[in-house]
Amino acid sequence: MTTFRKHSSSSFNFAVNFSLVADVISTVEFSHSGDLLATGDKGGRVVIFQREQENKSRPHSRGEYNVYSTFQSHEPEFDYLKSLEIEEKINKIRWLPQQGAARFLLSTNDKTIKLWKISERDKRAEGYNLKDEDGRLRDPLRITALRVPILKPMDLMVEASPRRVFANAHTYHINSISVNSDHETYLSADDLRINLWHLEITDRSFNIVDIKPANMEELTEVITAAEFHPHQCNVLVYSSSKGTIRLCDMRSSALCDRHSKFFEEPEDPSSRSFFSEIISSVSDVKFSHSGRYMMTRDYLSVKVWDLNMESRPVETHQVHEYLRSKLCSLYENDCIFDKFECCWNGSDSAIMTGSYNNFFRMFDRTTWRDVTLEASRENSKPRASLKPRRVCAGGKRKKDEVSVDSLDFSKKILHTAWHPVENIIAVAATNNLYIFQDKAN
Amino acid sequence: MFARGLKRKCAEDEEASPAYSLQRQSLLDMSLVKLQLCHMLVEPNLCRSVLIANTVRQIQEEMTQDGSWCVPVPQTAGRASRDRLVSTEILCRSAREGARPAPDPGDPASELQVVPAAQAPGVPPGGVWDGDGPRENRGSFHKSLDQIFETLESQSPGAVEELFSDVDGSYYDLDAVLTGMVGGAKSGQDGLEAFASTAAPPPSAGCKSDLGELDHVVEILVET
Repeated sequence: MTTFRKHSSSSFNFAVNFSLVADVISTVEFSHSGDLLATGDKGGRVVIFQREQENKSRPHSRGEYNVYSTFQSHEPEFDYLKSLEIEEKINKIRWLPQQGAARFLLSTNDKTIKLWKISERDKRAEGYNLKDEDGRLRDPLRITALRVPILKPMDLMVEASPRRVFANAHTYHINSISVNSDHETYLSADDLRINLWHLEITDRSFNIVDIKPANMEELTEVITAAEFHPHQCNVLVYSSSKGTIRLCDMRSSALCDRHSKFFEEPEDPSSRSFFSEIISSVSDVKFSHSGRYMMTRDYLSVKVWDLNMESRPVETHQVHEYLRSKLCSLYENDCIFDKFECCWNGSDSAIMTGSYNNFFRMFDRTTWRDVTLEASRENSKPRASLKPRRVCAGGKRKKDEVSVDSLDFSKKILHTAWHPVENIIAVAATNNLYIFQDKAN
Repeated sequence: MFARGLKRKCAEDEEASPAYSLQRQSLLDMSLVKLQLCHMLVEPNLCRSVLIANTVRQIQEEMTQDGSWCVPVPQTAGRASRDRLVSTEILCRSAREGARPAPDPGDPASELQVVPAAQAPGVPPGGVWDGDGPRENRGSFHKSLDQIFETLESQSPGAVEELFSDVDGSYYDLDAVLTGMVGGAKSGQDGLEAFASTAAPPPSAGCKSDLGELDHVVEILVET
């Protein structure tokens, strides 16, 4: 496993930059094998990239991701009952494990989940009897001989078609979807409820978690993220805006209102402030690939939890502690509500999350080293190594350091993804997608 | 100057530091504005709204415990040292202009005015709080927030979300709104320093305009 050396240049290079000028990227997800990378954007579009195969004639292009398919997944809708628009923004994409030649993914906006089939077509049938090559019907009376249509090669065409639409099951905004390890069911979570679906059945879903109070004025906590365990198909976790994580076992009861485990770190009384609850709100929860750990992202840190220990995390990594003294300004400009995601690398030895100023952070769990990198065009020449960045929290700013006050809070990296096996990462910076690869490859 | 994020010494805890009260009030104002701002077309973010509402409740609870919520009791009551919520660097807005004249307690029109630094210590008796018009006393602030939720909840199932508005888009709009609402106060360090040089207002100073704003919020929401 490559270690990220803090003082020398990062081992990540091969910046491949795609500009998706149209819209802000809202989700990024590698497929299970990593050969496909899907992005969703605010305009409801899904763009899928495919990794180039190894090619001796173009050695440098190995591992480059090129556009494979683009389709409009969701359209804006209008809810006439509430007189409100339903945004077409894609909140999450999750791939299904590959089972045949075709690929499947789930994409969701605030209200509706769709199952998309992406298939390749590289052959075309020619020589039909009842219609000619233009598709016009032939007059049956004029057909004097029969022929067998033959398949002829054609330019590769990638088609995306919606196979299922899972609608009308969520009153509140969907924030998470997660495919179960049984490959038959998946969950969708909104602010107050989690539903269980069967991939084949669209007119029915089972509510498995419901935290809506009988009296809405008593509402003080919402669900912020949810995920199925990678191996145990009966186990799921969901996080809350109060910084807690609940693990539920679906075998215990139909409605998982009572959690099996409750993870919460006791508050440090010395750092309590009016913003304590807001910054403790968990914006993302991810199981490790091994299934032994889970990781949570709150506003200032990433925490790794051992599923066997509910009392506190086993690791806490500070993402941008220098923002702690700026919380009021960040509250005023709403940045404090930004929901950052986090991800594991394939071997669970490293974790990554985004920050502001187009910075993103990586933490190596084995060496306990961390690095700050920047996703920007100026700093990413193809095949150049990324230079570690430093933020100066106070005092004298050294050369090459960025001072906290000059951070650009509109340049936030909320969505990152790590290839399931290799050291390839995808970083979404507003409407640009960056893909970085490890030099060691 | 109010140090960033540091817990103050015990001695200071005994009296609600005026700078702290000011900052807390400012945070409360900001939070109420955030809840109030309605973003037209798209359904607002429930998580954000819940977090802001919780923050408002926290502030309100602390102010109640402090006794700095305006009731006709001596200022020192309820000021026992307890765990104070330490507020981190609060945007320094001089929300209270020092130059305005003290309001006449019997004058309802003055209720919406910002109470200046020059006001005599002690809460003006009776009049303003008991009286005429839709003035609410301390206890009903709690009720007001709940009333807001109730009213909207009864209108339609998802209507409570309309209270929870999302300040999407430009960060600077909120700046402008806040500035406008507190009468073009200066922002940044200058504000607090300028203000600190005048006498600090008693903790009750914040309540009047605060309640005035809250009434405004309630009126808007009830009418919709």
